Formats: sequence, C-alpha cells, structure tokens
Amino acid sequence: MTRTLDAQDVDDLAVGAWVLGTGGGGSPYLNHLNMQRIAADGMQFELIDPQELDDQARVAVVSTMGAPLVMQERLQDPRDVARAVEVMAEHTGSTFDAVMATEIGGSNAFQPLMASAHLGIPIVDADAMGRAYPEAQMTSFAIGGLQPWPLALVDPRGVEAIVTQVPTWKWMERASRALTIETGSMAATCKAPRSGAEVKRWGVANSMSFAIHLGAKVREARVGHEDPVAAICSAADGQVLFTGKIVDVDRHTTGGFLRGVAKISGLDQHTGSEVELEFQNEWLVARIENQVVATVPHLICLLDATSGEAIGTETARYGQRVALIGISAPPLFLSSTALDYVGPRAMGYDLDPVDPCP
Amino acid sequence: MRRIGIDVGGTNTDGALLDGERVIETIKTPTTTDVLGGIRNVLDGLSHRDIDAVVIGTTQFTNAVVQRSNLNRVGFLRIGLPAGRSLPPLSGWPSDLAEAVRSDTFLVRGGIEYDGRPFEKLDEQGVIDAAHQFADSGINAVVVAGSFSPIDTRQELRAAELIAEHHPKSQVTVSHRLGQLGLLERENAAGLNACLLELAESVIAAFGAAIDQAGLGSQTRLFLTQNNGTLLQIDEAVKYPVLTFASGPTNSMRGAAALGGVDDGLVVDVGGTTADFGALVSGYPRQANAAVEVGGVRTLFQLPDVLSIGLGGGSRIHTDPLRLGPDSVGQRLVTEALAFGGAVPTLTDAAIATGLLQVDGTSRPDLANADDVLEYAAKMIADGADRMKLSSLEVPLIAVGGGAFAVSDAMAGIKEVIRPVQGDTANAIGAALAEVSGVIDRVFHDIGHDAAVTEAIRLATEDAVASGADPTMVEVIEVEDLPLAYLPGDARRIRVRVAGPLESLHSSNG
Repeated sequence: MTRTLDAQDVDDLAVGAWVLGTGGGGSPYLNHLNMQRIAADGMQFELIDPQELDDQARVAVVSTMGAPLVMQERLQDPRDVARAVEVMAEHTGSTFDAVMATEIGGSNAFQPLMASAHLGIPIVDADAMGRAYPEAQMTSFAIGGLQPWPLALVDPRGVEAIVTQVPTWKWMERASRALTIETGSMAATCKAPRSGAEVKRWGVANSMSFAIHLGAKVREARVGHEDPVAAICSAADGQVLFTGKIVDVDRHTTGGFLRGVAKISGLDQHTGSEVELEFQNEWLVARIENQVVATVPHLICLLDATSGEAIGTETARYGQRVALIGISAPPLFLSSTALDYVGPRAMGYDLDPVDPCP
Repeated sequence: MRRIGIDVGGTNTDGALLDGERVIETIKTPTTTDVLGGIRNVLDGLSHRDIDAVVIGTTQFTNAVVQRSNLNRVGFLRIGLPAGRSLPPLSGWPSDLAEAVRSDTFLVRGGIEYDGRPFEKLDEQGVIDAAHQFADSGINAVVVAGSFSPIDTRQELRAAELIAEHHPKSQVTVSHRLGQLGLLERENAAGLNACLLELAESVIAAFGAAIDQAGLGSQTRLFLTQNNGTLLQIDEAVKYPVLTFASGPTNSMRGAAALGGVDDGLVVDVGGTTADFGALVSGYPRQANAAVEVGGVRTLFQLPDVLSIGLGGGSRIHTDPLRLGPDSVGQRLVTEALAFGGAVPTLTDAAIATGLLQVDGTSRPDLANADDVLEYAAKMIADGADRMKLSSLEVPLIAVGGGAFAVSDAMAGIKEVIRPVQGDTANAIGAALAEVSGVIDRVFHDIGHDAAVTEAIRLATEDAVASGADPTMVEVIEVEDLPLAYLPGDARRIRVRVAGPLESLHSSNG
C-alpha cells in the first residue's frame, strides 16, 4: 500500500526511530529539524510498500556514516545524501526508481526522506537493519549474501568517491569507514544498489511505517495522559524487563566504538535488584542479577520512565528514571548465518542470543 | 569581609548580609514590578557598614526571553560553509521569538574539524561584506558561530575582529565563549545572549545606581551570579547576560549547602506551590547533562538538575481519594487558606490543625484528615528525595523554604534531615557565597585519560584565575570524561569545572 507522509508523520518518525535506535544510531533531532523545514513548505513524501516494487526496480540504499558529535557540529544538509545517490547513478549509468534506509534506528531513518526531498523519487517502506547496529556490514543484505559493492561516498566540500569492488561486506565497512574518517568522520553514502526483488526477499519490510506508528502511539499516550512505555510495548509486542534509575555509567572507546556498562537500580516491583546493561554504541546485553535476560540481535531499548523518550548510550546519565524494554528481532536476523553478522558473538560476547519476549 | 547577597525571584526579593561565611542578617521583601524597588528595599533593610561586595541573582534576563519583551534584534554570521546550509541560524526557534530577534543572517565558508584541522579556510571577504550589511541595517548585536569553534577559537575571533573593524558600533557574541559542543545549541545560546545586550546595559547600569544611592561606600563591588553558582563580573555580565539564566535554583542550593554544613547530599526547597529537589556534589548542584530549552530554544546550558513536584504549603487538599495539589493557592495563602479565614483547605492548614505549625493570627482549622494529609505529603517528599538519590548509601537532606514543615524527620535512605534556621533566605545566602569559576569543554586526542584530565584542569584553572579567582584556592568541582564513538584513535571529550574564592576579597578576609 502506498501512502503519503506528512508533517505529523515526520514528527512521529523522529520519536519512533530513536526508540528503534536501541541506544545508538545518533539522535534524530537535527535531521528531524531538516525535514520539518522541508515538510513545513508543504512537501510530501510517497512511501511505497516493498511488495509493490517491480522485481527490476532499482532501489538506492542510503545512510550517513560517522560520529554523532561531528554531525552536531557540521549539521547535515539533505543535499549531501541526495548527491550520493546521484554519484551512484552516474557511476552505474542508470537512475533509481526509489530510495530506502540502511538503518531505521536513530538519525539514519531520515536519510531516505532527505534524498527523496531533492530527487523526487518515492521511499521504500523498509530498511536493512530493523534497528541500529554499530557497523555497516550488519545488515540483512549482507546476511542474504548479496553483492556488497559499489558504494558512493560524498563530503560537502566536493569529495566524491566510489568503492568499486571489495571481497566481503566487512571489507566494505573498512574501506568506507576509512574514507569517512579522512573526510572528518562524517560522510553521506549510497550503498550497493538493490533490485526490487532483492528488497522484497531481504529487506526488513514496513520498518519505516512501524517507526512512525511507534511515534504516533507515544504521542497519543502523552496527549491522553496514559503510559507511553506501555503504549510502545503494546505496539511492538515488547515487554518491560525492568524499571529503575541509572546509578552508574562507565564509558570508554576502543576501535572507535563507545563501549561500557550502565547500571540500573530497581524501583517499584524491582526494588532491591540491579540491571547491568552492556553497550557498544547500542545496548547489546541486559543482565538482571547476573542472569542474561536479553541480547542482540533482539532489541533492547532504554526509555525515560515518564515520557517514553528513548535514552541513548551517549546521553544516559546518573539518576535518570528508566524503563528497560525488550522487543524480539525479526526472524531474518536469527538464522545461524545471520548470527555470524549480528549475534552476541559477532559483537564479542561469548553468549547465545536471548530473546526477551520468548 | 562583608558581602550582601540579593536574590530577585518572581515573588520575593531576598537579601542576606554575611561576614565571611557567617550570616549576620536576612530580609525578605516583595519583588516590585520595576525590580529595582525590591533591591532598594533590601539594601535599606540591611546594615550598610563596610560592604565589600553586593552579589545579585536575578531572573530578569530569563523572563525577558520567556516573555519576549525588551529584546533587541540580532545579526547572525555562521562560519561553516559548504556544510550546514540547510539549517541556518534560528532553526528550531519558536516563530514568535525568532521574529522578535531576526535580522540579517549570513553563512560564510570556514569552520574546524573535530581534530583541530581547518574544515575550510575562513572567507574573510564574506565576513567583511556581512559586517557592512549589519552596519547598513543598524544591527549592532552580532553573533559569530563557527563549527567546532571550542576546539580552535581563531576563526571566530578573527571574524569578530573583522566585524569590529568594519562596523565599529557592533557588539559581537562569539559562540565559543558560551562553551559547549553542538553548533546549533551553541549558536542558539549566543543568539539568546545577543538579543539581551541592550536590556543588560540598562539593567546593570540601574543596579549600579541603586548600589551607589544606597551609600554602601566607594569600595563596594557589584557582581551577578551565573547559572553554575559562581560570580559574574559586571563588565562580563554586560557582554554575557545569558550566563545569569536559572541562577535562582543554584543559589538556593548553594545557600542550603552552606547553612546545612553539607557538601554532598540532597536539598529540598518546599515553597508555596512546588517542592524542588536538587543534589549537592562538592557543595555545588549536580548539573543536568542534557539539552535544555530556554523560552522554547534548545541550548546546552549547564543548569542544575532539579526535580520539581507539585507540592507546597499552599497545595489544595482533595478528598476521595486523598490527594494534594498540584493546584495551589500560592501567594494567596494568607487570604484563601482555612486558617487565615479563607475557604480553601491547604497543606498549611493541616499542619496548623495538628499543631505541627504555629502561625500568629491564625485559628486552628477543623480538619478531620489532617494527620493523613501530612503523612501523604511526607510520602510525596520521600519519593522525590529517593528519585534524586544516586546510590543506596544514606545521605543527609537539607530542607529549606516556607513549606519545609512537610518534610518528615524519618525517611528511608536519608541519614538525617537538616533544617537551617535561615533556610527561607537560602537563595540570597547562596548568592553572597558565590565563587569564581573556570570551565573547559574540549576534545582531546591520543593522550589518555589522565593526561587529558590534567591538561583540562590546568586550562580551567587558568580560566578561573583570569576571572579573578585566588590561584591557591581553586578546587575542581566537576570532571566529566566522555569517550567519543566513531572517531579514530583515543578521542575523548572532557569537561572540567573549577571554582575558588575571589582573590582580592579573600585576602581582605584574612
């Protein structure tokens, strides 16, 4: 089903995408502001269901790579990601019929809207993560064994690069990460183009409309003075795992990733017990009293207990009152091949995956 | 060494006279519409002999922004092209405030990378052209904001120099002076500052005149307090009025810390309508580490982490089921509450009914549920205190404000409840005790945690000493080390805040 996104949908997407960021993906605030300015001019966006794509349709897959802090200083311009799509079209010699997100979690959820605003092509209601993940090869397209190249990368100063070939998805992450770092740790990218058939088989279907739906439920709960955390759980088939307040956040970086542990001391029915939440840009493993209750690839979301607003690994701080919720990952991410890319062991934890909502 | 602290609040203007750290006198007067009247009343009500300094905490500048009144127009110069074009200055401002402030806006080529390399060379001709346009439009208040300027200030300073040269009447606010990383938020803070410059000039001149007229003596120095509880010199306050935002709660907590003799613990200020909780760390309020909206504008001001709940002395009692507030008779307590002959049952009435509180000229109201009401209020306060606590360790709680009677002496997780005698003027006492601070917020590379923190403390101390702190007395108040994601090498953002007493004042104390 094709639908039109309006200004309200843009606002709801900001809230829902931040929840699906599972602590990472960068705050959508600035990209939301970009799209609010465009939506305020009356521009609307066409969102098409992946099932309606022609098998031969050419779909551009976009994201901006880099450090959230640099994005806060450089302020992303929607023209950059649109330009990355153009550079890819010039390289491959054919134009695109539609554009989709690599990552629905966090600020990258807005990339296809930003490209669409300048290119006038519709947005596919899908992404390749269903959440946020720390590395570019952690996608359903990699799990599906699709071709990882080429990749187009754009910096606003006129640096335009194509990675023409790589042996593996991991090599694409390494090559594109190196280019990103050299241009100041922020660059707009258009990943390997996908056919309509590939998106239908390997995309995470309807994740954009799901993020918008989550945001709408939070908004309605706030207006109706109901519990936004319960509204998110109900809309996402998720479960509240723990409620409490953050009593410690220990952060360090290794290999460019923000890692650490947040400790949450229980309140209400959880008084007396403690959660340890390990993160690596995103929340990855949750333990209650040393018992693992949730791991990647399942979604672990930390929410403000009152407002339902998501809390990122970079912004979690002492004293915040939080609700920890778990949402099951799409089945696509649970095969043994998938777990090689996105399972706990792929992130350095010697654990089997634990579904918070079995 | 004698100091007068004055806190201008929405309802009351409070004053305190201190000798060293000893409180000599306090006074509470109603805030007057012209603000100055209240300040004069405070000065008239306190002894005047040998005052070294008057320190004023005021909400006037916050109020001007919130009410969109007395604001001047601002010209913006953003340094950062070819990036950031889609989010020009004033993006995300409420439209009424943006329209009250907006004039000429320019974006020019330039900016810095996170590691200090130039993003682009500064377009000096673009800056000069902008300066001429500001001059032609009669816009004197100008903001200069460049990407990553806190890491390398030179482009912003060069642009400010060029603007001053080509538009001599201009008053430039450079964004890096207002600290934090986050270009839009830093530019917003600079914009809020610039739109207050005309008001600041007149208000601060009037403060000076009030001090002169009060005849405190030619040696008296005047300061304002800033949001982190430290002193702002008058020549700085004229240039950076935005630094006074939200100094009220900070002063109140600082005063409570001094009165209670506690450096680490909790504070609750129970007023007429709300109870405000804060946490003290090394005698200063714990800061909220998040984007803060002021008048609807997103900033990264360092504001104290305050939890407000709708419970105060004037809170109305609701029955079936029993509930308190959030509605309150507020300032009308003395006419509308039962004990004062009014018709509204309030928390204060419950306290008078049980004899917990004695107030001259009141009668004991007949309230059957008074004990339940007090128990309910005590539980609300205990819950609030528990929310502000960071660990399971027991901590002291300092209770101040007119409604402090509602704080129970026995609370889970609270070691003891301290009720300072002069607690109702803690805000003015906090203003009088304000020290000089220095702050640094910067990204460090590849030198490790310890070396980076040492260097940050050295730079922050330099900053404090440059503002007049006694170099031998500067103490570290806060160190925050935030490793950064997706940056090569060992990149960490370190924020350090130090503070110490004013050098000259301190030495005269000996």
